[in-house]
Amino acid sequence: MNALSLRGVVKTYGDDTHALGGIDLAVPQGDFFALLGPNGAGKSTAIGIICSLVTKTAGEVEVFGHDIDHEREHAKALIGLVPQEFNFNVFEAVEDILMNVAGYNGIRRAVAKRRTEKYLKRLDLWDKRRTQARNLSGGMKRRLMIARALVHEPRLLILDEPTAGVDIEIRRSMWEFLTELNSEQGTTIILTTHYLEEAEALCRNVAIIDQGAIVEQGAVAELLSRARFETFVLDVRGIPEASSDFAPFTVRSRDDGKLEVDVPQGETLNILFELMGRAGIEITSLRNKSNRLEEFFLKLVHRDEAAAGVAGGAGQ
Amino acid sequence: MSASPRPAATTDAVSDARLSGNRTAFVTIVRKEIRRFMRIWVQTIVPPAVNAILYMLIFGGLIGSRISDMDGFRYLDYIVPGLIMMSVIINSYSNVSSSFFSAKMQNYVEEMLVAPISNVTILAGFVIGGVVRGLTVGLLVSFVALFFSDVVPVHPLITISVALLTSVMFALGGLINAVFAKTFDDISIVPNFVLTPLTYLGGVFYSITLLPEPWGTVSLFNPVLYMVNGFRYGILGASDIPILHSFIVILIFIAVLGSIAMTLLHRGIGIKS
Repeated sequence: MNALSLRGVVKTYGDDTHALGGIDLAVPQGDFFALLGPNGAGKSTAIGIICSLVTKTAGEVEVFGHDIDHEREHAKALIGLVPQEFNFNVFEAVEDILMNVAGYNGIRRAVAKRRTEKYLKRLDLWDKRRTQARNLSGGMKRRLMIARALVHEPRLLILDEPTAGVDIEIRRSMWEFLTELNSEQGTTIILTTHYLEEAEALCRNVAIIDQGAIVEQGAVAELLSRARFETFVLDVRGIPEASSDFAPFTVRSRDDGKLEVDVPQGETLNILFELMGRAGIEITSLRNKSNRLEEFFLKLVHRDEAAAGVAGGAGQ
Repeated sequence: MSASPRPAATTDAVSDARLSGNRTAFVTIVRKEIRRFMRIWVQTIVPPAVNAILYMLIFGGLIGSRISDMDGFRYLDYIVPGLIMMSVIINSYSNVSSSFFSAKMQNYVEEMLVAPISNVTILAGFVIGGVVRGLTVGLLVSFVALFFSDVVPVHPLITISVALLTSVMFALGGLINAVFAKTFDDISIVPNFVLTPLTYLGGVFYSITLLPEPWGTVSLFNPVLYMVNGFRYGILGASDIPILHSFIVILIFIAVLGSIAMTLLHRGIGIKS
């Protein structure tokens, strides 16, 4: 059974603004799934429809086989949502926020108290349980929203850019937590993110959405295998002469004296090192300019704002 | 999905679970609403009591002593039911309008929208929160009145029923206001420019039999008149309006406002896109 199925889902605002143009999506039970797309592609609209925050114009949505139109309460009980924007009462204490949401999900107080303690401890917020939410740091607020989404122990967890604006250490700990949740508890996770390395590191399957349409869907490994090349940035001593031939690699000099090299899929770096050595160039260090999923993503969406959105977030 | 019918026992179990879940959600919303206005009691509970003391001092002690009896009652005794009802109306309304509007503006209404709660549970939770605040303030004003007046309710059941139904009606009105409101100004316009004038002109301080025509007839179109007089009948046993008419008007308003509020929640107007 699929954890989530979307069939022909359309969302139109007014007469002529098409946020979603009839998307089909299937997320298998137990999957760790990435929904990628540039700003304004329709990711948040799709999530809003799944979680009943946005009214769809047409189409069908099922959560573990429960249609959100006919079995809305069943479907909602199975979903936990971590939205992009903070959406809790900033004047309430951390503990009260979780207790309230547990109550909204029909969980009795005794059980809700145990779950609140469990998830606040797992997200390192137990010491802050009596703190008003407005006094938390940005990273803590993100973790609070994850704890809140888990307090009713949903089978499908949807995270809309959960690591936006958090530092690397917290991001890594959130990755570990989500991986554990997926592998140990079997929770199906759907993630939208601008950090494509995040999707590559965590997710098994991915869908890329652009201008309200799914432009690609499949296993991350399979999509990566279709990426044509990977770009590296090299710190070097020496400047390549114009006549130097580095085929099959494409080499570009940058203003900061570094080189950018496109390495076609299947080629090894050993050959590159050899060609550079022959040209009298010493390589002192190298790093990825961007990950391969990002290259693939950019190739697919082909839009200026997509490039801006991804370049701003990738690899930070 | 398969269209095959579920066994009856399973269907019953699912219905029970849903009912139980909604009951827990309802209690959670009510508890949260009560905690909210109790946390800021200096803003929510104290001012109406201070207002009531001022009204009773001025209209009862200072001016009231120079005013002759109204419908056979001492002027202060005559206005006490209206003052209590005024505080019930304003506070029931304001509690729901400000609470729901804050939830909408800070987006934490989404916590409820994504949860498996029925719309009627959300509505009932907010309305009961408003009713509790309205009646709490009403009781406090009644307690203050004991220092100025010695009236006791002639018809306690009618007194309680009118107060309860009136607070339900205005709590529903508060929710509708909050759904349409886009700024904090929008939720203060109705209490300041609609409710307060209607209450003052709704027979709190006078009997409409004193008004010349056509104003006596015009007053009959003011719904607050029926609530103030229904409540006055419960306390003093005297009213400008037959008590049955009061109940009919209040119940019609509850039915109409309740239907509008349910429709708004069902369509997600103002809270969903």
